[in-house]
Amino acid sequence: MKHRDFDVVVIGGGHAGAEAAHAAARMGAQTALVTMSADGIGVMSCNPAIGGLGKGHLVREIDAMDGVMGRVADRAGIQFRLLNRRKGPAVQGPRAQADRRIYRTEMRAEMERQPNLWIVEGEVVDLLVETGTIRGVTLADGAVLRSASVVLTTGTFLRGVIHIGDERRSGGRMGDKAAVRLAERIDSFGLPLGRLKTGTPPRLDGRTIDWSSLDMQPGDETPELFSFMSHAPTARQVSCGITHTNARTHEIIRENLSRSAMYGGHIDGVGPRYCPSIEDKVVRFAEKDAHQIFLEPESLSDDVIYPNGISTSLPQDVQEDYVHSIAGLENARILQPGYAIEYDYVDPRALDLDLSVRAFPGLYLAGQINGTTGYEEAAAQGLVAGLNAAARANDRERITFSRSDSYIGVMIDDLTSRGVAEPYRMFTSRAEFRLSLRADNADQRLTGKAIALGCVSEQRKAQFDAKMEALAQGRERLSALSITASQLNDAGLNVARDGARRNGLQILALPEADFELLLPHDPELAKVSTDIRRQLGNDAIYANYIDRQARDVEALRREEAAIIPAEFDYADLQGLSRELQQKLDRARPANMGQAARVDGMTPAALTIILSRLQREQRKRPA
Amino acid sequence: MDTIFALASAAGKAGVAVVRLSGPRSWDSVRALSGTVPEPRRASLRRLIAADGTFLDSALVLTFPEGQSFTGEESAELHLHGSVAIVQAVLRELLSHDGVRHAEPGEFTRRALENGRMDLAQVEALADLIESETEAQRQQALRVFSGALGGKVETWRTRLVRAAALLEAVMDFADEEVPVDVSGEVVELIDHVATDLRQELHGFGSAERVRSGFEVAIVGAPNVGKSTLLNAIAGRQAAITSEIAGTTRDVIEVRMDLSGLAVTLLDTAGLRETGDAVELIGVARARERAAAADVRVFLGGSADGVESREGDLHYGAKADLTGDETGISGVTGQGIDRVLSDLSRVLSERASAAGLVTRERHRAAMQAGLEGLDTARLVVLQGPDEYDIAAEELRAAIRNLDALIGRVGVETLLDEIFSSFCLGK
Repeated sequence: MKHRDFDVVVIGGGHAGAEAAHAAARMGAQTALVTMSADGIGVMSCNPAIGGLGKGHLVREIDAMDGVMGRVADRAGIQFRLLNRRKGPAVQGPRAQADRRIYRTEMRAEMERQPNLWIVEGEVVDLLVETGTIRGVTLADGAVLRSASVVLTTGTFLRGVIHIGDERRSGGRMGDKAAVRLAERIDSFGLPLGRLKTGTPPRLDGRTIDWSSLDMQPGDETPELFSFMSHAPTARQVSCGITHTNARTHEIIRENLSRSAMYGGHIDGVGPRYCPSIEDKVVRFAEKDAHQIFLEPESLSDDVIYPNGISTSLPQDVQEDYVHSIAGLENARILQPGYAIEYDYVDPRALDLDLSVRAFPGLYLAGQINGTTGYEEAAAQGLVAGLNAAARANDRERITFSRSDSYIGVMIDDLTSRGVAEPYRMFTSRAEFRLSLRADNADQRLTGKAIALGCVSEQRKAQFDAKMEALAQGRERLSALSITASQLNDAGLNVARDGARRNGLQILALPEADFELLLPHDPELAKVSTDIRRQLGNDAIYANYIDRQARDVEALRREEAAIIPAEFDYADLQGLSRELQQKLDRARPANMGQAARVDGMTPAALTIILSRLQREQRKRPA
Repeated sequence: MDTIFALASAAGKAGVAVVRLSGPRSWDSVRALSGTVPEPRRASLRRLIAADGTFLDSALVLTFPEGQSFTGEESAELHLHGSVAIVQAVLRELLSHDGVRHAEPGEFTRRALENGRMDLAQVEALADLIESETEAQRQQALRVFSGALGGKVETWRTRLVRAAALLEAVMDFADEEVPVDVSGEVVELIDHVATDLRQELHGFGSAERVRSGFEVAIVGAPNVGKSTLLNAIAGRQAAITSEIAGTTRDVIEVRMDLSGLAVTLLDTAGLRETGDAVELIGVARARERAAAADVRVFLGGSADGVESREGDLHYGAKADLTGDETGISGVTGQGIDRVLSDLSRVLSERASAAGLVTRERHRAAMQAGLEGLDTARLVVLQGPDEYDIAAEELRAAIRNLDALIGRVGVETLLDEIFSSFCLGK
């Protein structure tokens, strides 16, 4: 008999929380999503866009596991662009401007629609701990929710402080209060904490912008959507405006630097280098006389404009001045000033690969609390934490991802073994197996796994099975072809006339090859759909490289299979330097693969760890 | 799983040298060298022939089937004649086999462990063994990279990091203000490094490089009799000696054979603080070489700026003047035999750990790195649409050079990207 109200309690309704709650519920766990306000579910606090390079990959992977972010973004998308369209599929990243209101409404609807999922409005002020294990949460009104696992996704709300010039106030986001009591409770857990900061630009009234003087950037003609289940955008499509800062803007900012919260010394947290404030840009790249600004509509149903590129913590009067110095914004009205926000994060090296806190069984962390930035990074962690929180509640094995199967695996491995020095953001360059971890094949990589877990809808399963069948058939037909070099030359392909014969897959790997030219050689191929043709082509392009990496992937999998127990004692190991012992102790690598990536690791030290592992294994009774 | 090999016996001239192979292609390699695979666990005499037809050696070949070897894998041993040149040639030939590479420090032991082929007592003793092996290799690498080559290695790293960062920036920040086409600069960077690598590889091939083994630095205060000792040991007037302090301004080298080991004796400039600009350079160079040497012979107490390490030798100087019976004198020859036997003992111990394998490893790394760079260069020239492939080729090339330039992780690339471009919308 289980004495609990829910299997899983998720604290927070942001991108991590929503994805976590939905994933847990899909796994069949009775799940409560506790949020200060149900209106806050799916709020985009920063720029109104989803996806991009690396990030778009994450969204596709979430979708491949039947998560919600991709399909909600598709419904909210008002401008779709596939970045790097001309480059290889491995570095193409889908991105969309999202209507903030539609996104929020659709995300909430997803939560309400999902069986096993309850939305609870309230502020969590305490975590129930019994004999070192998490047993549920207490709300501000005194109500207690008992559960087998708790997922904490507090974003920037842990001791959040908002800065505008020398003004500072407590807050988790503009207009929302910070979670102070929860932060104090987490202090008592003795987890390693750090402080980070991020910022946003002032929001502008679109009716006061002189659009006629600006360049406009439209979306792609054929929109590339996120979800493998979506077909076409549903919202009206719009363009973004482009303008630039100028010498006058920079002068205003330079003159007022000391009044900026960041430059005035009011902020201790570390900010992301890839999302610098306009103050940072002007100081660090003094030689540049203009910086690009994208004017992004936040919604089809209001006039709020997000000027992407000028986030700031300058006082409001300076923000007015520099905004008005920019072409097209001479008369722009500021609806909400830009601000910087500082918040606490937990050093993610305190977490295991399933995002559970090593020291407190049953507690899972996801999103910005782990030192990441970005909706997509947060949602991907939410997915992992939600799946695992449910698995724990149902006494199932934990669910992990590998660097060799997904960007999700890359991110979680990076976070838990290396920690963060600045807010962590995904880039395609972080994935060593980038050529095989593509946005286009996320379903081939992960949907099978998701089906095995049982967290996928019938509809998606049917569609996936049909696609895999079509791919297999296509591959088979292509492999059966045997075409000579001179036949290819006759068809207009420039290859050496070496007498060699090639099959269809080998031909598709050639730079100029097109599926069409294979049709005369097998009329049946004409029946292959456009999508499947494109997928077969994408898979063929990198086949050689993927073969070459197979040995690396195998080595990685073997190392990942050598699990290092959580209680492993590094201090006791002879032959390791003190420094390395300390680093290992902090990182607590989950397996030999992670240990190998700890900074300063040597082959000799790895062998020493392995030898101890083997010895301990042998000591244990079989 | 790769097949690995290493020289299992001590480096240097000896009766027999044993090269060990382990992994799924061990027997394939034996077959490639000797034509057939001898019956397992039975010593068989075979002629080893290189792929190009060159006769390498007459060797005793032993093969062990999976499950019945030290590592538990299919493995083999080649008992060669103990000549440095023969060993070198065989190692190089093995490296040309597909899926076969040099073992990492301790890798044989590690595989034995992974396959459950070691008992508890052996595991206990392992830590010390591996650590000493690694330390020897580190010292070896330091020596290879000291001085001029060390500086070059640093510029290789800088250039390759820049090249890789440029490609990554174009792809990962495509929607920001970064250049669209960086092929020109990337190719230029690659060319610089490739040219250097080609030169270094050429140098590696010369006979002198192959024979150069250990370095022994004689250090001490100026005019303590270092050059006289060197001359006495070498038996010939290699260094100019004089009574004026600071005569030996540069590093003077004498190569010799000590109990079958190739040894380079270094006579360093006297170590002391000096105001003379030319002497200052000499002193700096001397310290650098002395620090990188395998063994330091300290004459007449400590030497400014050079630390004594385990295995270094210390002697009293100018025994002919001081009358010190335990000291040595290059003038009378007192104690020279003792210096030689001490050196020979210390170096023989060292030879068992490192030696030519490290150097051969570096040569192989440069060769593979160079080939990788050549491929990457061709793809970069195809233009921005192919950068995904170009980056992959470049990454592979850089990984091959890990042992020389150090690991280049993604954080290194991001550092370079963020310091070069103003990114972030």
